Amino acid sequence: MALSIRHLLGLENVPREDIQLILDTTPSFLEVINRPIKKVPTLQGTTIVNLFFESSTRTRVSFELAERRLSADVVNFAASTSSVNKGETLLDTARNIEAMKVDMVVMRHSVPGAPHFLSRMCTSAFINAGDGAHEHPTQALLDMYSIRQKTGALEGLNVCIIGDIAHSRVARSNIFGLKTMGASVAVCGPPSLLPHDVESLGVRVFTNLDEALSFSDVINVLRIQLERKAGAAFPSLREYRETFGITGKRLERLPNPPLVLHPGPLNREVEISSDVADGPASIILEQVTNGVAVRMAVLYLLGTRKESDS
Amino acid sequence: MKIIETIADELGFVRTISRLAHEILERNKTLENVVLIGIRTRGEYIARRLAAYLEEVESVTVPLGVLDVTMYRDDVRGHLKQPLPHKTEIPFDISGKTVILVDDVLYTGRTARAALDALTDLGRPACVQLAILVDRGHRQVPIRADFTGKNVTTLEHEEIHVLVKEIDERDAILLVETPEPQQPGKD
Amino acid sequence: MNSVLFKNAHIVDPISGRDEVTDILIEHGTISSIGKPAAPSSVETIDLKGAIAAPGFCDMHVHLREPGYEHKETIATGTAAAAAGGFTAVACMPNTDPPIDSAEVVRAIIDLASGLAVDVLPVGAITRKREGEELAPLAELAGAGAVAFSDDGAPVVNSRLMRIAFEYALMFNKPLIQHAEDLSLTNNGCVHEGAVSARTGLPPIPSISETVMVARDLMLAAYTGGLYHVSHVSTAGTVNLVREAKKRGVRVTAEATPHHFTLTDEATAGFDTNTKMKPPLRSRDDLEAIKEGLRDGTIDAIATDHAPHAEHEKLVEYTYAPFGIIGLETAVGLTLRELVLPGVLTLVEAVEKLSTNPRRILGLKEIRLEPGEPANLTLFDMNNRWTFDVAKSKSKSRNSPFHGESFPGKIIGIFNRQQFIRAND
Repeated sequence: MALSIRHLLGLENVPREDIQLILDTTPSFLEVINRPIKKVPTLQGTTIVNLFFESSTRTRVSFELAERRLSADVVNFAASTSSVNKGETLLDTARNIEAMKVDMVVMRHSVPGAPHFLSRMCTSAFINAGDGAHEHPTQALLDMYSIRQKTGALEGLNVCIIGDIAHSRVARSNIFGLKTMGASVAVCGPPSLLPHDVESLGVRVFTNLDEALSFSDVINVLRIQLERKAGAAFPSLREYRETFGITGKRLERLPNPPLVLHPGPLNREVEISSDVADGPASIILEQVTNGVAVRMAVLYLLGTRKESDS
Repeated sequence: MKIIETIADELGFVRTISRLAHEILERNKTLENVVLIGIRTRGEYIARRLAAYLEEVESVTVPLGVLDVTMYRDDVRGHLKQPLPHKTEIPFDISGKTVILVDDVLYTGRTARAALDALTDLGRPACVQLAILVDRGHRQVPIRADFTGKNVTTLEHEEIHVLVKEIDERDAILLVETPEPQQPGKD
Repeated sequence: MNSVLFKNAHIVDPISGRDEVTDILIEHGTISSIGKPAAPSSVETIDLKGAIAAPGFCDMHVHLREPGYEHKETIATGTAAAAAGGFTAVACMPNTDPPIDSAEVVRAIIDLASGLAVDVLPVGAITRKREGEELAPLAELAGAGAVAFSDDGAPVVNSRLMRIAFEYALMFNKPLIQHAEDLSLTNNGCVHEGAVSARTGLPPIPSISETVMVARDLMLAAYTGGLYHVSHVSTAGTVNLVREAKKRGVRVTAEATPHHFTLTDEATAGFDTNTKMKPPLRSRDDLEAIKEGLRDGTIDAIATDHAPHAEHEKLVEYTYAPFGIIGLETAVGLTLRELVLPGVLTLVEAVEKLSTNPRRILGLKEIRLEPGEPANLTLFDMNNRWTFDVAKSKSKSRNSPFHGESFPGKIIGIFNRQQFIRAND
């Protein structure tokens, strides 16, 4: 039993067995990070580059912790802009990675498909740590692991993702992964923040939050940001909070309040109120802990994978 | 897979376990500070048998833990097939204890070496002893067992298969011939 | 070689109505006789063995990049690609540097193209510097040889300016070729908005970005009586609007590109920047509507929007890559494969879309395959399948999504301006 995939670029088209294997391998690593000495020698001699073309503290720190706890050699490469702004092509970047003889690349980029492009040109194993509005597979895996930890299974669960679906890589990866694992997925948000053909993703669509909440066993609340320019898809954060904010008052009305996830960082009192974020239904901090373990599992499974395994 | 010889049948198996238990008792005058830690997969079951036997004859409950050494193996990346890590479950602090590591077969010694590394990350035992059901020789690292159920002389292309009721339906120790050369480091 | 005898040519000529296998004798660039027997021994003879001889194809929408972007393409390399693809004429768009908004640039291009076997027909800008602010000197441009007007690459956004351009261009009886796009709806988009962009998260361009602009332009054209030509139709909405406008008597024509009747937005799912063009590859419904528009005559012409870009410009992140693909060498193959073989168009209709109609829209002289006429021919063999190897392209650029694909109708060559250019050289 090994992963059928060589890179983790997204969860779209990743077979159920692979997701299952990652989720099932995670507890071994969760045990490691709960020890006094949170480090194992497993990836000794493996070089991993964290290639971040877009600033991100949380995801990078989570990956770096995972890498160091597996004893990998870690190099952080942060570039606020694309190579193209320096007159370089992404191909030049790829050639440089190849020349540096790294084993794995964890990549964050603001443009969808950028890691797909690089992974086609390099021999290193690639993990997508977020490509624009496309995918953020390890976030969705840690979300799924955290849900499973609480509910025991994903199959048959009603999960609703709430917020700016159109621009969310977290939403897309969760939709692909959860559907593969047999969950029933819905999205909820203002129609101007839903992708044009959102039904084609095989999700239920709610534009009324209370209806969405009654449907849901689990809600995943996305961070909302207001673009300060003409063409913003909603008028104000205040109006968003009134219409789509998750508050204790709203959840109180439900016979079975859902489990609450949030990929962070929180916009307190905007998309989620503090009483919910810090309340009993929230598993936001478990997500962060599980994130390191899930990433260790992914790094292990990809980093020690043999071609003969596939 | 061709069975060359049955080293121990069900009865022989039980006798081997009790021999191991008595060796342990002989060395450790008291079991007060002793803990048993089985190395996944079959070491866990051998450790459980030992614990049960010690409980029966000494009326002492020896704490039992399970150690997964996959993450400490020196061949994780060179291995022909990717080994999958499982959970280590040691529900007690090993610091200051006499830890008896238990495994089914001692061969190259690499698994025992990995287990010692793993133990180091979990605490600082007073001492570590190694209990092995079958020692088949061919060591690659300077490791020896403190307690050995059986010594079996083997050739490189042979393997010792330890079967335990819990997962293999019966208890037995078999000497078998491997169709292919052994995987490097397989213990 | 200005004299040649093509034996056993299958003449397909929509204008004369000829559809027969016969011999064509060309002497000093002029067709001297058609029919058997005709074999003066002094002339080189090429046996076409039943391959098609059609009036020379005209691609009314290409980017030759010269002046200004010679690292992408030049007039020499672009016309070489055109000849290899079976075109005897190309209309080149004005988004050069400097743009074609003055007589000097028109003349410079015509000058650079003189002596080539492919006619280069400059399209003048509608507005100065293509900035959409004030009208370009259309009379001066027409006088220098511009065949039409367009700000291609950008739309004329200002409605009043577009109205004035429609009215003013009536003096020359030349069409305004609009790159129809509502830039505010496009926003920062780069792929079709639909099921695929919902999956990939690439910034989308809704189909209404094009359709809204076409609707406005058709109203302006109807009001002014101006000549309107819609570039690279990509949406079902545009096809419907043009069809209805034609019925109402609006003076509108339209073109479609081979990639828009061949590929859909599914091709963008792999993030290959050679699937990024403007307008974007659209949905299956849009593609079918374009085919229907071609079939029923709503869409008059097939034009490539040949848009060369250097390799290093395309080998970047999807959103940073420039829009466009090369198309001159695959246009005929795609037309035959996607339209003629499946029965969407007859071969004669395909020749109309590739030759007769674009020449008519641009006000060029008709090509007749008759004795006494200048020889302007495209020769291709329907029975010879071939594979496109982009590495061997005559274009300076390599940005094609059709590399490695197989096509019917291998181009044998073109005859124009007293020259026979073999495609395989």
